[in-house]
Amino acid sequence: MENQWYTISVYSENNVGLLNRISGIFLKRHINIESLNVSKSEIENVSKFTIVIFSTEDWARKIVNQIEKQIEVIKAYYHTDDETIYQESALFKVASHLLFDERQIQNIIKESNSQIVTVSRDFFVLAKTGRRHEIDEMHDALEPYGIMQFVRSGRIAVSKAAMPITNILAEFQNQ
Amino acid sequence: METLKAQKKENKKSTSIRITGAEAIIHCLLAEGVDLIYGYPGGAIMPVYDELYKFQDKLTHILTRHEQGATHAAQGYARVSGRVGVAMATSGPGATNLVTGIADAQIDSTPMVCITGQVARHLLGSDAFQETDIVGISTPVTKWNYQITRAEEIPEIMAKAFYIAKSGRPGPVLVDITKNAQFDELDFVYEKCTGVRSYKPAPDIEVSAIEKAAELINNAKKPYIVFGQGVILGEAEEQLKALVEKAGIPAAWTILGLSAMDTDHPLNVGMVGMHGNYGPNVLTNECDLLIAIGMRFDDRVTGNLETYAKQAKIIHFEIDPAEVNKNVKVDVAVLGNAKQTLELLLPLVNKNEHKEWLGEFEKKRQIEFDTVIQKDIHPTKPGLTMGEVLEQINVASGHKAVIVSDVGQHQMMACRYAKFKQTKSNITSGGLGTMGFALPAAIGAKMGAMDREVVAIIGDGGYQMTIQELGVIFQHNLPVKIVVLNNDHLGMVRQWQELFFERRYASTVMTNPDFVKIAEGYHIKSRRVVERSELKDAVEEMMASKDPYFLEVRVEKEDNVFPMVPTGASISDIRLK
Repeated sequence: MENQWYTISVYSENNVGLLNRISGIFLKRHINIESLNVSKSEIENVSKFTIVIFSTEDWARKIVNQIEKQIEVIKAYYHTDDETIYQESALFKVASHLLFDERQIQNIIKESNSQIVTVSRDFFVLAKTGRRHEIDEMHDALEPYGIMQFVRSGRIAVSKAAMPITNILAEFQNQ
Repeated sequence: METLKAQKKENKKSTSIRITGAEAIIHCLLAEGVDLIYGYPGGAIMPVYDELYKFQDKLTHILTRHEQGATHAAQGYARVSGRVGVAMATSGPGATNLVTGIADAQIDSTPMVCITGQVARHLLGSDAFQETDIVGISTPVTKWNYQITRAEEIPEIMAKAFYIAKSGRPGPVLVDITKNAQFDELDFVYEKCTGVRSYKPAPDIEVSAIEKAAELINNAKKPYIVFGQGVILGEAEEQLKALVEKAGIPAAWTILGLSAMDTDHPLNVGMVGMHGNYGPNVLTNECDLLIAIGMRFDDRVTGNLETYAKQAKIIHFEIDPAEVNKNVKVDVAVLGNAKQTLELLLPLVNKNEHKEWLGEFEKKRQIEFDTVIQKDIHPTKPGLTMGEVLEQINVASGHKAVIVSDVGQHQMMACRYAKFKQTKSNITSGGLGTMGFALPAAIGAKMGAMDREVVAIIGDGGYQMTIQELGVIFQHNLPVKIVVLNNDHLGMVRQWQELFFERRYASTVMTNPDFVKIAEGYHIKSRRVVERSELKDAVEEMMASKDPYFLEVRVEKEDNVFPMVPTGASISDIRLK
C-alpha cells in the first residue's frame, strides 16, 4: 500500500491530558504528525482535533481505531484529501523596504491572493490561506527577497460526506 | 429536565456527609465492594493511610515490600477472582514503581485501579519533593488516568475509574490525588458510574455477522478454534464448550486463554504459539476455517504473518474493534462480548463432528509426544526436567490448583504441561512478559481464592526480581506454594543464545544464593530437591502443607523448551528439536 495524505478528525471531550494520550498513539507507531490543530467543534463542549499524517490507509485505519478506543474520544474519522475541504494559513513577515525596492513583491502579493495584515516602518505581514502547495509556492516566490519570519498553521478540514457525530451525541443526550 | 436536575442536587445535599477527601477515598472503595488493597505508604498518600488505619476492620491493606509487588498482587487477585484489583502508592518513586505492573495489566487486559498520592496542588510543576508526572508517565499504559486536585472530584472520578477498569475490555486505571485534595473536605455522596458518554464498553452486536459466521462454520470441513482470554474475561467458558461440542470443532488456547476449557477435554487440542503444541501450530496452516475467539493474534501466536493461516477463512470474535484486522485480516468480524455473541451463534450452528480432521491433531500429538513430551514429563536421563515437576504437581493437585507462572522456560513448561479443570486458574504475564510477576501475583491469587491451592512456578532469575515479597507471605502466613525451578541460568535467554547466537552465553549464567536458607530466613517451610527419587515426596509434602511452602528443584542447567517457532518463522516450520 502506498503512502498518501490522510486527515484524521477526532471529536472528544475537552480534557487535560487527552492530547498527550492521542499523540502517544502516533509516537508508539513511529508515525510523524505532519500537522495538528485543536479547536472547538460544531457541538458545544466537544473538541475537535484535526491531524494530518502521511501514511498507508492501513495505518490510518489502525490509528483511528486506537484513537477511538480512548475513553474521552467520542468518534474519530480519517479522510483522503479528495474527501475533504481543507485549508491552512500562513503568516509571512517581510522587510518593508522591499515593497518599494522590489517591484516583484507587489505582484506576488496580488497573484497569491494574500492579504497585508499590517505594515510598519520596518516590516509588513502577509497572511495567506489556502492549500499547502499554494502556501509553499508563495513561500518559494518570496524567499529570494528574504523572509524575516514564516509560520504556517495546522490544517483545518471539513469532510464532504457527513460525519454522523451529531447523531451519536444526540443519542447520548436522550439517554 | 431542569427541575429533575435541581431536585437531584437537593437530594445530594440532604444525603451527603461532610468528610475529608482521604476518608472519601475509603468510602468510594467500600462502595465498590473493595475489601482488599495492596500498597506502600509514603508522604503524599499519608492522609489516605491514616483513614485506612481507622477503617482496617472493613478494608484490609497488604503492605507489599515494593510497589511493583502491589500491582502484581492486585493483578493476581483480579485474574483469579474476576474483580478489580486495587494498588496504592505514594507520589514520585512510589508511583513510578507501579508502572511495570500497570503496563502488564494493560497488555493483558486486567482490571486494576491504582491510586497514587501527589504533591499538593500549589506545588505541582515546581519539582517538589517526590513530585513526578505520573499521569504523563502512565498515559500510554493505562486504559484511563486522571489527576484529582480538588476533594469534590473524588466520588465521581473514583466511580468512573472502577467502571472503566472493569467494563468492556478491562484494563488498568490510575487516579493520582494531590495531597490537598486528601486533606480538604467535601460533601460526600457516592453514585456508581453506569456510563461515560464518550466510551462504549462493547460494540453493538450485528446479527448479520453472526449469521455469516454460522454459515462459514456449517460449511467448513476443517474448522479450528483458537481461544484467548476474551473467553475468560467475558465469562463465555460454557458457551465455548457448547460450541466446540455441538459443532465438533477442535479448539486450542493461547497462553492467556488457558484454563478457559478443561485441558483434558477431548476437543481441547493444546496450545498455539511459539512454544505451543505441534498440531495446533502446524494445523493452523491447514484448517479451512479459523475461528478466533477473544484473542488478538499476538506475534508470539502467529509467527510470520505472511504465512499465517493464508489458506483459511477467518472469523474473529472480539470485543475491541481496534483488534479487528490489526495483525491478521479476517473475513468475518463478530464484535461484542463473547458470551453474548456465542450465545446467539449456538442455535445457528449445525450439529457436526469432524473425525478425520480431529485425527490429524491426534497424529501430530503422537509425533510431539514421542519426540518431546515423553522426554519432558517422563525423562529417563539423569537430570530433573521442568516438565516432570509440572507433571508431579498435576498428580498431587488433581488438576485443581491455580498455577501462577513467571516468565521464561518454566513459564512455557507450566503452560504446556499444567492441567486445569477450572477457569481463571492459569495466571501468567502473557503480553508484557514481566519477570518477577509470579511471586507477588501468587499472593494476590491466593487472597482472591482462599479456598484453592495456589502454586507459583518461578525460575531462579525472575524469583530474585521480587523475592522480597516473601515478607508478605511470612507476615500473613499465606499458604502459597512456591516452586523455584533452578537451572542457575536465565534459561530462555540462554536457549536463544544456544540456538541463535552460537552459544555465546552473555550474562545468562547466575551464581545463585541458597534459596532454601532465604526462605528459612522468612520462616517459610522449605525443601530442596536434587534427585528424581525425592521429587514425588517433596511435591506431595508441599501440596499437603497448610502453611506456606518453598520448594527448590535443581533442574538440568541446559535443557531447552521445544517445540519452538523461531522468531519470524512460519508456524508451519515449528521445530521439534
